[in-house]
Amino acid sequence: MTNVSVTVNGQSREADVEPRTLLVYFLRETLGLTGTNVGCDTSTCGSCTVLVDGESVKSCTMLAAQADGRDVTTIEAMAHGDTMHPIQDAFHRNHGLQCGYCTPGMVMAAASYLQENPTPTEEDVREALEGNLCRCTGYQNIVKSILDAAGSMSGAPETTRA
Amino acid sequence: MVATEQYVGSPVLRKEDAKLLTGQGNFVDNQSMAGMVWMALVRPPHVHATIQSIDTAAAASMPGVVGVYTAADLETAFPAALPMVWPITEDIKIPTHWPLTKDKIRFAGDAVAVVVAETREQAEDAAEMVTVSASDLPAVTDLEEAATDEVVIHEDLGTNVVVHWSHGGGGDQSVFDSAPVIVQERFTQPRLIPNAIEPRGCLAYGSPAAGEFTLVSATQIPHICRVGLSIATGVPQSKLRIIAPDVGGGFGSKLNVYAEEALALALTRSIGRPVKWIETRPENYVATIHGRGVLHDCTLAGTEDGEIQGMKFVELADMGAYFQLLTPGIPELGGWVYMGPYDTKAYWYEFKGIITNATPTDAYRGAGRPEATFVIERLVDAYARRIGMDPADVRRKNFLPPSAEAFASVMGLSIDSANYEPTFDRALELAEYDQMRKEQQARRDRGDTKQLGIGLSSYIEMCGLAPSEILGALRYVAGGWDAAEIECRPDGKVVVRTGTSPHGQGHETSWSQIVADGLGVTPDDVEVLHGDTSVSRLGMDTYGSRSASVGAEAVARALEKVRAKARTIAAHELEVAEDDLEWTDGAFRVSGAPDKARTIPELAASAWHAHALPADMEPMLEGTAVWDPPNFTWPGGTHICVVEVDTETGKTDIMRYVAVDDCGNVINPMIVEGQVQGGVAQGVAEALYEEALYDESGNLMSSSMTQYLVPTAVEIPSITQDRTVTPSTTNSLGVKGIGEAGTIASPPAVVNAVIDAVSHLGVSHIDKPASPERVWRAIRDAQGGAA
Repeated sequence: MTNVSVTVNGQSREADVEPRTLLVYFLRETLGLTGTNVGCDTSTCGSCTVLVDGESVKSCTMLAAQADGRDVTTIEAMAHGDTMHPIQDAFHRNHGLQCGYCTPGMVMAAASYLQENPTPTEEDVREALEGNLCRCTGYQNIVKSILDAAGSMSGAPETTRA
Repeated sequence: MVATEQYVGSPVLRKEDAKLLTGQGNFVDNQSMAGMVWMALVRPPHVHATIQSIDTAAAASMPGVVGVYTAADLETAFPAALPMVWPITEDIKIPTHWPLTKDKIRFAGDAVAVVVAETREQAEDAAEMVTVSASDLPAVTDLEEAATDEVVIHEDLGTNVVVHWSHGGGGDQSVFDSAPVIVQERFTQPRLIPNAIEPRGCLAYGSPAAGEFTLVSATQIPHICRVGLSIATGVPQSKLRIIAPDVGGGFGSKLNVYAEEALALALTRSIGRPVKWIETRPENYVATIHGRGVLHDCTLAGTEDGEIQGMKFVELADMGAYFQLLTPGIPELGGWVYMGPYDTKAYWYEFKGIITNATPTDAYRGAGRPEATFVIERLVDAYARRIGMDPADVRRKNFLPPSAEAFASVMGLSIDSANYEPTFDRALELAEYDQMRKEQQARRDRGDTKQLGIGLSSYIEMCGLAPSEILGALRYVAGGWDAAEIECRPDGKVVVRTGTSPHGQGHETSWSQIVADGLGVTPDDVEVLHGDTSVSRLGMDTYGSRSASVGAEAVARALEKVRAKARTIAAHELEVAEDDLEWTDGAFRVSGAPDKARTIPELAASAWHAHALPADMEPMLEGTAVWDPPNFTWPGGTHICVVEVDTETGKTDIMRYVAVDDCGNVINPMIVEGQVQGGVAQGVAEALYEEALYDESGNLMSSSMTQYLVPTAVEIPSITQDRTVTPSTTNSLGVKGIGEAGTIASPPAVVNAVIDAVSHLGVSHIDKPASPERVWRAIRDAQGGAA
């Protein structure tokens, strides 16, 4: 067993895990944070995307041990009380989700990307989402949601960006 | 607060979103129980092989293993094989399909044993240790090769050609020999892998002593599963509860009764502990149903000036190694729409179902109707090219007119309502069709490297499954009705129990819009419960674009019963005749004295405390309806795709995609638009990217998401959408269904566009998916290998 100590959603969490434990299973099974979903086991679908030190990571590609000493943010920490994060709110207002299974990963990927590029074009957003698969929406409203969120997060009218 | 807003027809934001957006979804993999054990399947690396022996000893001694079970160990657990509910002909030959195979492996994915262990890792590790001794047999995954019966996959059936269904034809069949123009084409449509982003999974638990069990499963069909799993496991339906929690997409792949569900139930019954199984993605690729996999020989009979006189289709359909729930019925579902929206005077359709050494096929979004629409629309384009007419003109010339005579169509069923030409005109307008043709000509004249192609697809759909009487005539074993219960609580809130089982379609929102309008409350006052056979007792679940036209119609009918009872109580309390009451501003009001009124919440309280109800009236304001539709619903529309094809690399880029659909009245336009966007994306994927390929030994080569090209946001275009509205006459809401339209309409629009882009170079045929390699080869071959 390996001891890992990770800051997850602002709280320090420590556990002994098998060395082969992936970060996603550490989050889901050891910590009970089931908001991060598993879709493919091959780091293709992006459903398990979380933030590690602020950057998006597919949590099925990283061992829990590799996250030792780092700062992890999951979907559970995006809303504050009843107030959704602007990206979550934009997904709601733009019908950016249907079954909702890929959604936590999409929101986390978008959160990371909008920090890098707060004023993206539609093409930028599409490129940025290349690692996240959705089978329900055809991506149209996901892209729209993220552009909308970019607008509301920077306070400028979204039309100047689309 | 009394609402006066009209909710039906408005883009009400979804009630489902909050929990899904915040990571609070209740997917099956998020559930666990005290004492729970995990199940893992043993799927040996053979495709077609006779089993000599299975050695489970090493696995059984692994850490944490509770038990290892083969078919022999579970002999008494399954009184019947897995159900197939659509024996479409009297002489159909049905392969026996046990949850674990006994003596033969018939496809890559056929499980021979199951391991139960304390943890998932322990179960999966132990499954690797089960050794199977088996002698390989030649494998056959090619349809025509399988049809020769050189290799017979189920020896007891004596043949791989297990079913032959013929529509029987309609109209004057002589046109197929005598028409001035006869176009013959052959189209192959590869197998597709549905790829719901949530894999399958289940959790079974219960009390062996009481004989009562519950199965939580990522399924589209809890009610049908209850019946099917009762048959397979012998647990009476009265003691079997199925729960579909939040389900992460289905597209038909979760419209089934699967071996793993039956195994989990049987094992919890024998072990007495909760049993959980979660599918891995590689498992999903071999053990969850595939779609399509068909080969059509097609004939169109027409005149030189563009009048279609007849269409004839003879199909071979890949059933896979066994039948799943509906397998042989899927081609037949397409069998009623092979005339498309056209006034074709002669009709012929037949198919043979062929067993192969591949994953079973079944319903994948559209189920039979995309296969049909693809070949019709490709054939119509081939005809237009033959006679030198614009494909838009050929379509316009042949649309069924909007008349009752036309709707009693040559294929034998009656279309409920339709008006194809306005939909078509709107699509041409949005696509700027004439301008695109000019642009195309300019590029051709200049000999540009990047050529423009315009692809049309006009479709009809038979959905809203389904009138039970017709299903009976088609030898489907169940009915097609659905049900709803509405219960008005004394706090003014309303509980709706629906028999549909949404997994992304937003029924909680849409159904609450209908109820809110009918009861003068807001959608937030209405709670829609679903997906649990102990909560929504009655239902037939969600598939075949049926939920709005059958399930929501049941809600509307239950609502009428509630309103009728409420009106009686209101009249009693206000001491007027019922006829003196009007429904205005969300309340029953006395005509001429609108301040004398009762709202539904007030009446619900009266009916609950029941202190002073009319004589003989039962307490509680509630109503139940079970609705069996008199007909299918028949949406239609036209999609137009404009592509740019690089003639040097064969690469296709979608420049514009227009979808104009007519699904009758809509309850929530935002959700309807989302359904079309997602459907089109899946169809674009089918047209350009996706294909499940087997090697010569029958191994699935596209065996993970890294090999099978599920498109990303980069490949899928934003689409331009509009609707025309021709209300359905099948139900009082006038709704038709929209879940599958995009997937039905889009593949031929895209492939027709790709071919159109290079047709001036002599290309007339490209198979799906129209990959850069296929397009490049088609151009090279058309130019005599010189390109």
